[in-house]
Amino acid sequence: MDPLDAVALARIQFGLNIAFHILFPTITIALAWILVYFRVRYARTGDGGWLATYRLWTKVFALSFAMGVVSGIVMAFQFGANWPGYMNKVGNIAGPLLAYEILTAFFLEATFLGVMLYGMNRVPGWMHLGATVLVAIGTTISAFWILALNSWMQTPLGHVVADGQIVAGDWWQVIFNPSFPYRLVHMMLASGLTASFLVAGLSAWRLLQSAEDVAAEKTLRTGVGIAALLVPLQILIGDLHGLNTLEHQPAKIAAIEAIWKTEKAVPLVLLAIPNDEKRSNDFALEIPKGASLILKHDPDAELQGIDAFAPDTPPVAPVFFAFRVMVGTGLLMLLLSWTGVWTLRRGARPPRWLLWAFAGFTFSGWVATLAGWLVTEIGRQPWLVTGVLRTQDAAGATSEAALGASLTGYVITYGLMLGAYTVVLTHLAGQGSAPPEPNPAGAAAGAAAGAAV
Amino acid sequence: MTPDLALVFTVLMGLAILAYVVLDGYDLGVGMLMPAATEREQDSMVASIGPFWDANETWLALGVGLLLVGFPQAYGMILGALYLPVAVMLIGLMFRGAAYELRIKAEGWHRELWNWLFWFGSFLASLAQGLMLGRYITGFEPGFGYLLFAVLVAGGLCGGYVLLGATWLVMKTEGKLRRKAIGWARWGLLWVALGVALVSVATPAASETVRDKWFDFPRTLPLMLLPAASVMAGIGVWRASGRLKRGEHAPQWAPFAGAVAIYVLAFVGLAYSLFPYVVMDRLTIWEAAAHPSSLKAVLAVALVVLPFIVAYTAFSYRVFWGKVGSGTGE
Repeated sequence: MDPLDAVALARIQFGLNIAFHILFPTITIALAWILVYFRVRYARTGDGGWLATYRLWTKVFALSFAMGVVSGIVMAFQFGANWPGYMNKVGNIAGPLLAYEILTAFFLEATFLGVMLYGMNRVPGWMHLGATVLVAIGTTISAFWILALNSWMQTPLGHVVADGQIVAGDWWQVIFNPSFPYRLVHMMLASGLTASFLVAGLSAWRLLQSAEDVAAEKTLRTGVGIAALLVPLQILIGDLHGLNTLEHQPAKIAAIEAIWKTEKAVPLVLLAIPNDEKRSNDFALEIPKGASLILKHDPDAELQGIDAFAPDTPPVAPVFFAFRVMVGTGLLMLLLSWTGVWTLRRGARPPRWLLWAFAGFTFSGWVATLAGWLVTEIGRQPWLVTGVLRTQDAAGATSEAALGASLTGYVITYGLMLGAYTVVLTHLAGQGSAPPEPNPAGAAAGAAAGAAV
Repeated sequence: MTPDLALVFTVLMGLAILAYVVLDGYDLGVGMLMPAATEREQDSMVASIGPFWDANETWLALGVGLLLVGFPQAYGMILGALYLPVAVMLIGLMFRGAAYELRIKAEGWHRELWNWLFWFGSFLASLAQGLMLGRYITGFEPGFGYLLFAVLVAGGLCGGYVLLGATWLVMKTEGKLRRKAIGWARWGLLWVALGVALVSVATPAASETVRDKWFDFPRTLPLMLLPAASVMAGIGVWRASGRLKRGEHAPQWAPFAGAVAIYVLAFVGLAYSLFPYVVMDRLTIWEAAAHPSSLKAVLAVALVVLPFIVAYTAFSYRVFWGKVGSGTGE
């Protein structure tokens, strides 16, 4: 394939878009719930420190949310502009799911975010707490629908052909398709980890500049605690998700493990350079019978290799490497979060090396999420909807010039936005939460709300 | 009798787009007015749209989402033909959204930069939307004349957004800024009047379909109520803003309500011109409609959820009713 033909450009553009977009929901889905926690702590205690913490992280949330909204609108347009074949073929399934997301989640989040950000002095405390909870519910519903659609594209079920079109035969089966529960939980946990490392990382950054900031130490503990709890859960769910993929998308597993030939007693390839031309691995570091053992729980079991799926095979190298980046980042996150919990036990003050480590891991969730996303989406190729629609059949007739011009525009815009976003975030964190404002009325309302909760 | 699903869907989509144009219209308008204000005033202006702009933009997602679900063929055709202006609009909206959030957190020249980008993004998005509308009305006909027509529509739409933004500020701000906003509103109104007049003359000239629909006696007579009502609304805005300017008693919301009325009337006129086409002269709503099963699936949820959306949107406007302070919007 000529690397710069229209399909490739459309894929690069859409891939870039969706990769840029996913950064922000990955933060906001879980950060919304962390905000609920901060808000409830404030309501219960009436402690201005929690209020200041809540305010600071609400700013981070609002910024991330706005980035998610604007890049999400771009996607709503690009579905049709870049992939008209997708909508023509499976629009009767994808369309309603996307519309459900807009109707049940987007308005809820956007409207109550307004109340959450600017309404603290205008509505009673319980109502403000309610708005915070509704925003969190909205972000979660949003993830529900979008992962239902993504999972359906991976493991389609419940569709029928009627009047020459693919339509939903059973919406329940469409939504709760075989990979959906695993993918949803996997993504929610990924968001939890991304947000908790962000909270821990930015708090650590603040503590490096001002070691006496009590609020930052509290949020550091919150972040580290959540992370330490979620990483093992994520490893467990990831494993179950992998077994589910083996059942429904064995070609993806073959690419992840770089298994070229179908055979028995397959070794586990730890590291290698998959060679597409020779259809084998160079410089492979392997554990004998490892893959059979892990995937089938039997050292001599047979596993299907890439050859079993020809000609519909995904590219091996990117899937193989992306998977290792994801797992490697995950293991480092496990190590760091548990070290953190151990070091901070019984109220110990955080040492500087730990702060530097967490500051360095601020955006580690992004790395793991993007790598995992590459695994799952490239591993699905050449299908856009497994067994139903090929990627190349979904591309449109947009000229390469128009694609190229708009791609350039998007790249510049995203680069600027991402740069500004990270700078502002670190800047905000460096300043820390403002000293609690003298606002007895608000605090009293909050305390009263706490009593009512 | 089974209900005409395609028609119901068209109405729903039309309402979503109308809601978008009016709601995001005022905050885009506020964005375009930024350079005319002092730094302190800019803070108030931005604060006045703070609680709303996220939700306002969501109507765009809903409008385009309903087009996608209800009329996939038209969606492909329209977005294919408008590929570049859509990309420009999206880039504009992104700049604006990011600049909005970033400017709050910035100081000094950073803040100046984000202010400028906020204005630039608002202007770019409005202009692109106008071009899209102009191209859409004429069914994407090629040729210089049609392009000129699109530029004309773009100018008109920008004027309309400025009018909405200015009257919004009249309603939401106080003191010197409000006095300025009254002036902007009056200029915006003249701009809109000129734009609407030119577009109203040019559209029948550019499109035979539109000409036949509007100048077919005796149907023309009741149709003339639309422009007549628009003129009335325009005069209403002019007089209400005049009274406010002279410090006489008039409702603060009157100019904004008048501006919204102008938009609604123009929208009805446009809908009448196009109906039953979803792509002018090429595709009717019935030809383009998706499979009934997916129309039903979306309608069922939409009819349950939309009343809630309207209710909590109204709640949010009630919570933030009244004048905005001159704070930074925090």
